[in-house]
Amino acid sequence: MSDESVISLRGVRAELGSRPVLRGIDLTVRRGQVVALLGANGSGKSTAVRTIIGQVPVTGGEIELFGTPRRRFRDWARVGYVPQRTTAAGGVPATVTEVVSSGRLSRARFGVLRKADHEAVRRALDLVGMADRAKDSVNALSGGQHQRVLIARALAAEPELLIMDEPMAGVDLASQEVLAQTLRAQVAAGATVLLVLHELGPLEPLIDRAVVLRDGCVLHDGPPPEAVGQHALPGHDHVHPHAPAGAEPIRTGLLS
Amino acid sequence: MEILNYAFMQRALLAAVLVGITAPAIGIYLVQRRQALMGDGIGHVAMTGVGLGFLLTWSPVWMATLVSVLGAVLMELIRWYGKTRGDIALAMLFYGGMAGGVMFINLAPGGSNANLTSYLFGSLSTVSESDVTAICLLAAFVVLVTVGLRRQLFAVSQDEEFARVTGLPVRALNLLTAVTAAVTVTVAMRVVGLLLVSALMVVPVAAAQQLTRSFAATFAISVALGVSVTIGGTVTSYYQDVPPGATIVLLTIGAFILLSLLAAPLARRRARALAAAQPAADPAECKIPATRGAADEVGV
Ligand SMILES: Nc1ncnc2c1ncn2[C@@H]1O[C@H](COP(=O)(O)OP(=O)(O)OP(=O)(O)O)[C@@H](O)[C@H]1O
Ligand SMILES: [Mg+2]
Repeated sequence: MSDESVISLRGVRAELGSRPVLRGIDLTVRRGQVVALLGANGSGKSTAVRTIIGQVPVTGGEIELFGTPRRRFRDWARVGYVPQRTTAAGGVPATVTEVVSSGRLSRARFGVLRKADHEAVRRALDLVGMADRAKDSVNALSGGQHQRVLIARALAAEPELLIMDEPMAGVDLASQEVLAQTLRAQVAAGATVLLVLHELGPLEPLIDRAVVLRDGCVLHDGPPPEAVGQHALPGHDHVHPHAPAGAEPIRTGLLS
Repeated sequence: MEILNYAFMQRALLAAVLVGITAPAIGIYLVQRRQALMGDGIGHVAMTGVGLGFLLTWSPVWMATLVSVLGAVLMELIRWYGKTRGDIALAMLFYGGMAGGVMFINLAPGGSNANLTSYLFGSLSTVSESDVTAICLLAAFVVLVTVGLRRQLFAVSQDEEFARVTGLPVRALNLLTAVTAAVTVTVAMRVVGLLLVSALMVVPVAAAQQLTRSFAATFAISVALGVSVTIGGTVTSYYQDVPPGATIVLLTIGAFILLSLLAAPLARRRARALAAAQPAADPAECKIPATRGAADEVGV
């Protein structure tokens, strides 16, 4: 069961403005894993994430979501996405609730939101601590509050897979702790997470694996970088939860 | 009201109300996706349709609908596949559309630019029975789309990338928005004219925004505003013998200015009401401890 791959990229290549940005990426995220995608600015993290959701066309390789080739994947209610963004404000005012509600559309038939849907939206706002701003215009929020609204929008559909592109950018430490708690609860409930990060921060204990990109290639795929030095010491003999590639990852604490 | 005794005025008022509803209803999505001038572009393309209608002696309204829908689809395709200079391609479409209109209408037997004028600036008194039928059908389509699909269109116009991940057919919805905008242009053509159409799509929305915080309220207020100014403009033009299109647009801009002036005092009152509701919550000013305590004394 936990062997099932939720995201699978094999030799994915992509070009932007006829410049190769991804040059053959392999990445597998299995059910229940929390994988961090790391790398310098411009290394292709966002592009990799955007090929997964189909926003950037691939020029080679294969992408599968929940075992289905991405082209034929239709079950979008299982996926929550937080784009890398400085603002989600459009040219017309919209309230926090209105924006978060659009995250629920994947579960709504013909775009009609029922009572259960409105409740899910409220829960999502609660999770990120923005319930008291529900009726405010998103244009009147700070950058970090905005980011939390975008996270709530992704959570509104109660997805099994969360793809987040720098969700913590501009979020203060206290809110990061809150969001880390939220994410921990999601993972405990069985969610799979792929996140782009620059610093692991309060999320560090949650992360099973880190994939580091450089110039559109995978440089490292394994335990988060912090762990590498310490655990690579000779004589280090305890069973590490992050087993080498191919082996079953051993989960500690987070999942029952 | 004597004004309602004339059949041509009844038709004019009906057309005006439908334009007042439909133009802001689709315009709000164009403003949301920051394509406020799209209506203007389609208006220029529609001129070729009017010219073709005269040349082929077809109904100019239906011909304009056909051509502006094609033009809108073309603009949307340019937006997808357009490389760096999408704006240049759009400009060609605008000016090509205008030039095509002038050319075709002059090729038409007995046609001259004078025929075009009533389409450029609107001519309510010449709205015919068949025009009204066309306008009603087209307006029904626009209302169906903009109200029935409001959540989907909101999501796509707010954040296209996110909308894709909710499984919405993003391209189809973008095309539908463009086609609906094109249809609205031809609905409004007889009332405010092709050159002023875009004003009714954009200005009521901009005016409503001065007061609102939510999309739903912006939608409702801009449609209410649209209907008020189109009725007001039509009636004024009847009594004062001034051109209806220009009257309507000037009234809309007047409403925008009025609401902008009202916005600041209203916001202040709203803030005060909020502060009264939760008194101790946030005092208006930062409090600095007034008295110096022992802890502040600095030993020498
Ligand atoms: N629209 C575009 N057209 C052409 N090149 C692009 C475009 N968007 C991004 N690139 C290039 O693709 C490369 C990868 O960009 P990407 O956004 O994936 O980086 P990233 O790893 O997410 O960086 P960051 O940490 O700054 O978010 C960069 O070198 C960038 O210059
Ligand atoms: Mg990025």
